[in-house]
Amino acid sequence: MNFGLEKKYEMAQTLFREFAENEVKPLAQEVDETEKFPRETVDKMAKYGFLGIPIPKEYGGQGCDPLTYVMCVEELSKVCGTTGVIVSAHTSLCADPIQTYGTEEQKQKYLVPLAKGEKLGAFGLTEPGAGTDAQGQQTKAVLDGDEWVLNGSKCFITNGKEADIYIVIAVTGTVEKRGKKMKEISAFIVEKGTPGFTFGTKENKMGIRGSSTYELIFQDCRIPKDNLLGQKGKGFNIAMHTLDGGRIGIAAQALGLAEGALERTIAYVKERKQFGRSIAQFQNTQFQLADMATKVEAAKLLVYKAAMAKAQYQKDGKTSYSVEAAMAKLAAAEIAMEVTTKAVQLHGGYGYIREYDVERMMRDAKITEIYEGTSEVQRMVISANILK
Amino acid sequence: MKVIVCVKQVPDTKGGVQFNPDGTLNRAAMLTIMNPDDKAGLEAALRLKDQYGAEVTVITMGLPKAEDVLREAMAMGADKGILVTDRVLGGADTWATSTTLAGAIRNLEYDLIITGRQAIDGDTAQVGPQIAEHLGLPVISYAEEIKIDGDSVVVKRQYEDRYHMVKAKMPALITALSELNDPRYMTPGGIFDALDAEITTWGRANLVDVDDSNLGLKGSPTKIAKASDKVRKGSGEKVNLDAEESVAYLVGKLKDKHIV
Repeated sequence: MNFGLEKKYEMAQTLFREFAENEVKPLAQEVDETEKFPRETVDKMAKYGFLGIPIPKEYGGQGCDPLTYVMCVEELSKVCGTTGVIVSAHTSLCADPIQTYGTEEQKQKYLVPLAKGEKLGAFGLTEPGAGTDAQGQQTKAVLDGDEWVLNGSKCFITNGKEADIYIVIAVTGTVEKRGKKMKEISAFIVEKGTPGFTFGTKENKMGIRGSSTYELIFQDCRIPKDNLLGQKGKGFNIAMHTLDGGRIGIAAQALGLAEGALERTIAYVKERKQFGRSIAQFQNTQFQLADMATKVEAAKLLVYKAAMAKAQYQKDGKTSYSVEAAMAKLAAAEIAMEVTTKAVQLHGGYGYIREYDVERMMRDAKITEIYEGTSEVQRMVISANILK
Repeated sequence: MKVIVCVKQVPDTKGGVQFNPDGTLNRAAMLTIMNPDDKAGLEAALRLKDQYGAEVTVITMGLPKAEDVLREAMAMGADKGILVTDRVLGGADTWATSTTLAGAIRNLEYDLIITGRQAIDGDTAQVGPQIAEHLGLPVISYAEEIKIDGDSVVVKRQYEDRYHMVKAKMPALITALSELNDPRYMTPGGIFDALDAEITTWGRANLVDVDDSNLGLKGSPTKIAKASDKVRKGSGEKVNLDAEESVAYLVGKLKDKHIV
């Protein structure tokens, strides 16, 4: 077992760090204050292949692996949580299910432009009445000749209005399972601009304020029959498998936020003077920092381990990474919340002021405990595996 | 079209310079980077690749560890990397370095050679022009802009208070300034490919038409008495006078210094 990073990961980390420092950090505050979607950054990331990191080269991607992708989301999130989640939602929630379940035609048509960053991706599962309980879905898809007709709405959709290609989960009928009538759920690929597909309200959020979070509305929205993703009736499995991967991305975002807050706090406590000496010289500060650093390191190991389990799955098609992803997300999200909160506390009054990055990071961290499966859902996944 | 770019791995001086007790640079204590002027030269070459399909070969002389800058260059888009490394080449000054690089380049076909103006660890700006001299090539230094015009290269050359437009028939050598461009980032896929790619390694035996007396420490006429960090200029003198008085004051100062 070796915990050191191979040279290629070290170089990738350097690349992502330099890009984040030079291109992302200078915009982070404005993106948060003005809820501005960082389009220029997305274009630059597309140019350098950041939107297709784990996707094979034959589909326009970079041909790297989940660990490299995780490092990218981590480094971006160290300076801007918004930019981190844009890449995560695009890659894990849209490109990945097309790569895993798409037909060759679907891959050529949708995966290639997603991997090249020519198109941005999003994923619609959540509805006003269906979050953690995916069976609560109301959006329906009915086959009419050569087209599926979609009706319903999706809410809290990351990259909402800015995306071009959407994975949409909808009910396509009912099935009997163990004598019980259940909804039959399927997955679809929907393109922006399809008649009947519009956007509802933009959410005014506590954190990740630059990410475009919208309601998607489908009113007699007709999409080609061929835009069914995977088999009819397998939508729930596709959604759950997609979220397993997504959780690793969000875990990386949480890890980045925690690391970013820790870095800023270390710099701050060395400079800030009280009672004639830097606050770094007080034992309370030292112990708090020791706890923060230890937890960040623990989160990092879990996140990297989950990424490597996913890489193994991509090689053998068998290895499950569901529990690893749930543990990584649960730990990283809760550590991000704890570390960013302590970072604000150690900054004192300044930590509560908008000019200081830790204030934004604490607001950004909260969502990582909620989206792509709340911490409670992660505990359900983990405990179900332990008790099976 | 074939372009060779000479790059150097240098200590990163951003975090300050560390010296050994004997006054030489403590390279082990400092992180290393690709020399900024060289990186701009590489970017210029990569733009020629984007525009004209040029093949870009990067070459460096140094310790085996200098391979890192070649891989970085390849992760940015260079096609080939050549490392010239040999114990007998150690301790080289600009003369021995340029002799070595020219000896290596004699093995290669090229239309253009691009080097950085100077390295941030030595600040001599001699190696590029010396390579051109060894190879009998025209040299255009301090390039701010590079364009290809048929079989010639047209360069906007920085001068103190103006610029020159200089045209030379290829093959030619150009020295680049970091102001030439903003070098591109590596790409993640480029990094993975660069780490898998083969780096050509050459030693003394591969150098063409060079004499041992011009190589390594023995072939280096430069003797360093003392090295020091850059000396900061003082803040100068501030005076608060009206326009006429200011003129008189300045003229007086210039006369004192026998400038006018």
